[in-house]
Amino acid sequence: MKLTSIRRALVPGIAALALALSACGGSDAGDDTSGDGVSGKVAVDGSSTVFPMSDAAAELLLEETPDVDVTVGESGTGGGFEAFCADKTDISDASRPIKDEEAAICEEAGIDYTELQVATDALTMVVHPDLAVDCLTVDQIIQLWGPDSKVKNWNELDPSFPDQEISLYGPGTDSGTYDYMAADVIGAESESTRADYQSSEDDNVLVQGVAGTEGATGYFGYTYYEENTDSLKALSIDSGNGCVEPSAETAQDGSYTPLARPLFIYVNNAKYNDNEAVKTYVDFYIENLAEIAEVGKFIPLSDELYGETQSALEGIGS
Amino acid sequence: MSVATSTAREVTRTVSTGRSKDKSLGSLVFLGALWFSLFFGVMVLLVLIVDTAIEGSPRFDSALITEYGSRVRPESTGFRAGILGSLWLMVFTALFAVPLGIAAALYLEEFADGDRWWNRLIELNLQNLAAVPAIVYGLLAVAVMALMGFGRSGIVLGGAIALALLILPVIIITTREAVRSVPQEIRQGSLALGATVWQTTWRQTLPSAVPGIATGTILGLSRAIGEAAPLIVVGLAGSVRFDPTGVMSEITALPMMIYSLTSNSQEEFRTAASAAIIVLLIMILGLNALAIYIRNKFQKTW
Repeated sequence: MKLTSIRRALVPGIAALALALSACGGSDAGDDTSGDGVSGKVAVDGSSTVFPMSDAAAELLLEETPDVDVTVGESGTGGGFEAFCADKTDISDASRPIKDEEAAICEEAGIDYTELQVATDALTMVVHPDLAVDCLTVDQIIQLWGPDSKVKNWNELDPSFPDQEISLYGPGTDSGTYDYMAADVIGAESESTRADYQSSEDDNVLVQGVAGTEGATGYFGYTYYEENTDSLKALSIDSGNGCVEPSAETAQDGSYTPLARPLFIYVNNAKYNDNEAVKTYVDFYIENLAEIAEVGKFIPLSDELYGETQSALEGIGS
Repeated sequence: MSVATSTAREVTRTVSTGRSKDKSLGSLVFLGALWFSLFFGVMVLLVLIVDTAIEGSPRFDSALITEYGSRVRPESTGFRAGILGSLWLMVFTALFAVPLGIAAALYLEEFADGDRWWNRLIELNLQNLAAVPAIVYGLLAVAVMALMGFGRSGIVLGGAIALALLILPVIIITTREAVRSVPQEIRQGSLALGATVWQTTWRQTLPSAVPGIATGTILGLSRAIGEAAPLIVVGLAGSVRFDPTGVMSEITALPMMIYSLTSNSQEEFRTAASAAIIVLLIMILGLNALAIYIRNKFQKTW
């Protein structure tokens, strides 16, 4: 008796499953074209550093035009370009300019694109305000933070530095700031820094740690330093042309290198011209760039750079 | 009941009650080690859950599940897109994996000739597949999507294929276990009355195995719902602010949103991520409760 009732329930159940399976395989594949230019949809992918900005742009745009569906991924600058040049995305976020070999792939696929700078990302090395160190060379940063570093005292870096033990503070290995330091500033093959430091994902913890410990040093995004200039001292960086103080200006004119880098979005020209949604999103993005950069905690573009970005944007439409 | 089962049961009873007649030092130490292992495992889990719950407690509000993610207002960011995305993924993962898995298990258990080399090969591969890292299934799904001619794979269909491939071995193995535990006499009785192998399987064996199949399937699904790695490979976006409308809809998933927010430098986002972890746990516990309910409802003893 029981057995029969189970069977009666099961048979139509499985039949329904099979039906539903075949139904969705057929109908939905037809009406909703994927790939080339879906109206009302914008696909963004790329750098996880730029992600907060593109995400904020999507959110703010939603308040104005609820019908534009924006998806933003964060599969990394390289992965982003791969999808971008395979025509799978409309816009690619990048924390570095496109490489020649990536550009070649795009060209081969017949994809014309435009590079728009959206903000500047800068790291700041900070120390306890009483420490008598003002400037580090890039080599000293590598010596201090490199994966094999055993440096324990400031005078190991330079005999003229005070005899003071170093306490290190830095972001956790998941963060984009860590990746930037490890891969681009130190440039070690392992893409890592030394591991024996106090790490926190919360930049406020790092600020408090460095401000409250004698001989302490740490690094984080420039905007956090800007909010805490009273309690911290920022180190100038010497990359071969003398010591350069971190500031919005030095970050943007390229002299505060290698601790500052421009952030870009790459726009597919054809998608911008054909897909109203892409045009709406990009125009909105650039129009509200200062506000979006602030949400993403990056240095907004100077008037001059913003002018360049605007004229590059106008160039796509023509 | 076999001899092995009854012996095992006897041993378990002795160990769990501690009422063993064997009072030697060795066995007491072993008993202590067993208790410690149990205690350690449960305590770590408990501490983890309680810690997460406390961290996420400021965000146990309705906005957490009804709002889309917000970067401009981190204090009221929500996981609506992720929760809906995960639910859609679960439904379609089940639609793909369950019929395929059950069919494969029935073939292997009731129809296949176990001496043939290809059947042995399939069996060997199944065991190995169950141990393949989740991320590999993501790559597989990307390949399948490309072969099917889809330009974008970060959609419900792509994610569901990845997760279905991921849990297919689990479903096949548990279904085979369930089918095998149906007494041989049931089949023999059915065959003796003139039923074909197909009729016997469809009308007797399969219905009797439902509790085991359902349990295995739902446990497989609860594993799939917590996966982020294969979905990232498939290309699901991290940020989506619209509800899924079909299998071709771009979506995001709850574990991906959690993953993305836990390393954020803003306190509010990490709090929200902790709260979302609890939401995910509740979803998984809900699925497991369903598994237990189905097992008890359909359980039969012979």
